[in-house]
Amino acid sequence: MGLGSLASRAMRPTASRLLSSQNPRPFFSFHRAVSTTPELQNADQSAAAAQPEPAADLPPRTPLGGARVHFPNPEDAIEVFVDGYPVKIPKGFTVLQACEVAGVDIPRFCYHSRLSIAGNCRMCLVEVEKSPKPVASCAMPAMPGMKIKTDTPIAKKAREGVMEFLLMNHPLDCPICDQGGECDLQDQSMAFGSDRGRFTEVKRAVVDKNLGPLVKTVMTRCIQCTRCVRFATEVAGVQDLGMLGRGSGEEIGTYVEKLMTSELSGNVIDICPVGALTSKPFAFKARNWELKGTETIDVTDAVGSNIRIDSRGPEVLRIVPRLNEDINEEWISDKTRFCYDGLKRQRLNDPMIRGADGRFQPVSWRDALAVVAEMAHQVKPEEIVGIAGQLSDAESMMALKDFLNKMGSNNVWCEGNGSNRDADLRSGYIMNSSIAGLEKADAFLLVGTQPRVEAAIVNARIRKTVQATHAKVGYIGPAADFNYDHEHLGTGPQTLQEIAERRHPFSSVLSNAKNPAIIIGAGVFERKDKDAIFSAVETIAKYAEVVRPDWNGVNVLLLKAAQAAALDLGLVPESENSIESAKFVYLMGADDVNLEKVPSDAFVVYQGHHGDRGVYRANVILPAAAFSEKEGTYVNTEGCSQQTVPAVPTVGDARDDWKIIRALSEVAGVRLPYDTLGAIRSRIKTVAPNILQIDEREPATFSFSIKPESKQKLDSTPFGTVVENFYMTDSITRASKIMAQCSSVLLKK
Amino acid sequence: MLARLASNRLHEIRRIFSQPTRSFSTALNYHLDSPDNNPDLPWEFNEANKQKAKEIISHYPSNYKQSAVIPLLDLAQQQHGGWLPVSAMNAVAKVIEVAPIRVYEVATFYSMFNRTKVGKYHLLVCGTTPCMIRGSRDIEAALLNHLGVKRNEVTKDGLFSVGEMECMVSLFFNGLVI
Repeated sequence: MGLGSLASRAMRPTASRLLSSQNPRPFFSFHRAVSTTPELQNADQSAAAAQPEPAADLPPRTPLGGARVHFPNPEDAIEVFVDGYPVKIPKGFTVLQACEVAGVDIPRFCYHSRLSIAGNCRMCLVEVEKSPKPVASCAMPAMPGMKIKTDTPIAKKAREGVMEFLLMNHPLDCPICDQGGECDLQDQSMAFGSDRGRFTEVKRAVVDKNLGPLVKTVMTRCIQCTRCVRFATEVAGVQDLGMLGRGSGEEIGTYVEKLMTSELSGNVIDICPVGALTSKPFAFKARNWELKGTETIDVTDAVGSNIRIDSRGPEVLRIVPRLNEDINEEWISDKTRFCYDGLKRQRLNDPMIRGADGRFQPVSWRDALAVVAEMAHQVKPEEIVGIAGQLSDAESMMALKDFLNKMGSNNVWCEGNGSNRDADLRSGYIMNSSIAGLEKADAFLLVGTQPRVEAAIVNARIRKTVQATHAKVGYIGPAADFNYDHEHLGTGPQTLQEIAERRHPFSSVLSNAKNPAIIIGAGVFERKDKDAIFSAVETIAKYAEVVRPDWNGVNVLLLKAAQAAALDLGLVPESENSIESAKFVYLMGADDVNLEKVPSDAFVVYQGHHGDRGVYRANVILPAAAFSEKEGTYVNTEGCSQQTVPAVPTVGDARDDWKIIRALSEVAGVRLPYDTLGAIRSRIKTVAPNILQIDEREPATFSFSIKPESKQKLDSTPFGTVVENFYMTDSITRASKIMAQCSSVLLKK
Repeated sequence: MLARLASNRLHEIRRIFSQPTRSFSTALNYHLDSPDNNPDLPWEFNEANKQKAKEIISHYPSNYKQSAVIPLLDLAQQQHGGWLPVSAMNAVAKVIEVAPIRVYEVATFYSMFNRTKVGKYHLLVCGTTPCMIRGSRDIEAALLNHLGVKRNEVTKDGLFSVGEMECMVSLFFNGLVI
């Protein structure tokens, strides 16, 4: 039996199932996510679908990938028949969506559920009863009682015809194509492609375009699905790509030579169904079937995008997004996707001590820890300062705090939180409306935050809302780059004051809005008048009804992955200028604190994975594991805790952060009582139980109603730009060559 | 048998490559900077055409200004001696408030928008099958020979250029020249 006929059998699961009753599942399945197990069918979905019993000889079907069908209005449900199965779907669904609910995967190239419908690839043709021709299911609205047939000879022949035309001008260069193995065209040609072509003319060739250091183009492979054009226009908000020419000369391009300057440009690699747009740094590195995928999360910003780290042996080869509707949908920023080469460069391998000549000498762990413990005991407890870095996980921050507390010091905080000592009210430092909840907002006030560079995924969400509902966006801060309509209200806190006192026209926009959202940038934490800014926001929140039982729109957009967990765990400095009087500074991956303030006679320990800024001042280096090498819990800006999973082994003699602190505590004679991650988590449970509710967002219960009133006065200094260079914000991205290329080529001068 | 198949195929391929290659369209689908055509050159509608442009835009609802893209491109082409430099397209994009790429898409789609310089008299020879059978290629060759240019080139005095176009439904003539 040939592969082609196997594949075509797989396309007709019912037929093959009926034919081979002993083997109920086709052993070569073209579907990627068809589940036929009834236990995956969850209760509310089966209730919603409420399918009548199908005929006895037809096995029941479930939606693709266990998708749930949401009925906005139960009366609007309509019933259609897909291959004879009745399915209930909401009004406005397309035929393709109806088929998906019925568990039939329709082949497609141009259709993408998150983009507008183009209907130009014609691969999704199905037969509809009483329709004279096969219809493009992605663009056809489902009508009540419609009888859709997806596995008839007509539908199959139509798709085969489309496939033959697509392959006509497609170069047969799969062996040298990076998409090989994960190519939609390759997969679907297994089901609908012929084993020989009838086209004997010369294939067309298209000039490759230069889209920058991230996206490699081989435009001859392009099948003109226009997914990238629609993504750039609709999601990324950069109208650079377009469809040029017509007929056989049609091509995707920018017309004038232009780089794709979007912080989400890497996503066109994922949505491209063929190998026309592939990853430039990943080019010719590996085949996707050689890679081990590890489902983990990203730590380069506070969003906590869900990612999959693809590795081969000890090397991270690429990072791709995972679907998480609540956080990143299916996009990730370029920094998340391409920072991985920073994990291979500038790594700290061995414990090192700075000798008298100022050079580092590699030593054993025993010696390094002994030196650190001895120095820690030589200073007064209040002169000990611990700073957690922006990539620290909750477990190691807990260990650091416990260790320092045992040493008698409580000067421990996380960089980026500044002298923020309000760790009590959780609503004061997380995104209370949640990232997905921003879609409900109809007016935004951005205070001192430039979401496009601070959290590109949150910015994509705001853009989505603005595009869908024409929500008004007001922005207070320095001139910044936005990819949606916004109103620049002012640069400093006095504008905020005007809005708070209802002297500004934008205050009426906020009070007229149904769900107003105020987003405060984490850069405000570093300001002296932080409390005054927050109380001005509270005044606005009161008159505009931003905080209601059903809606809490006062949001803080954090910058760094560790910030939320650090505040949850109570890592707040005891005094504001503890660093100036420090004699013993423990930097746990902290590179962005101002180390110039550290007295020259202070002893600085740097525990971390990269030889970055902190190392220049360090006396002792303790090598630690990066986020791709350890298991750790992170809380993102909306308060959702998630865990990283080790994808690759640690480098050299490095250890997990919490283990180093645990070992140090023993050498220092103040043994911490936990030896496993489980034990340290049960300690976290007593401090911040929300951190252990993995993958669940724990909302803040109390709002600022119980907050004491602030007597602070607003400062007139304008808000600053918090992130100067989107591509380089932490030790991993600063070590990355790709990110360096991006910053030199793509950043606007 | 395999050898015969292979030799047949080889023959076919050789036949294809021995044909003179013909470009499908009159111009490239991407822009190349040249001294008389680059985005840095200033370009604006002249006063009379500004009025005309306003008139054209008034035909469409104010939120669908982009509908005026084709008439405005035509206006710009008339103003610029029969062709559209990239800065003219940028100017049109500004007038109708869309991203320049949306205008480029339209201008590259229609073959009657000339994106490279043409002569004062732009001669178009029909290349569609009936005309071709009746000898339009010979007419084109005679024109090119007489003017001493290649296809889509402009004569030195800037007066003539020769291009190809599709059927104008004048099937009775022996090759149509406009």
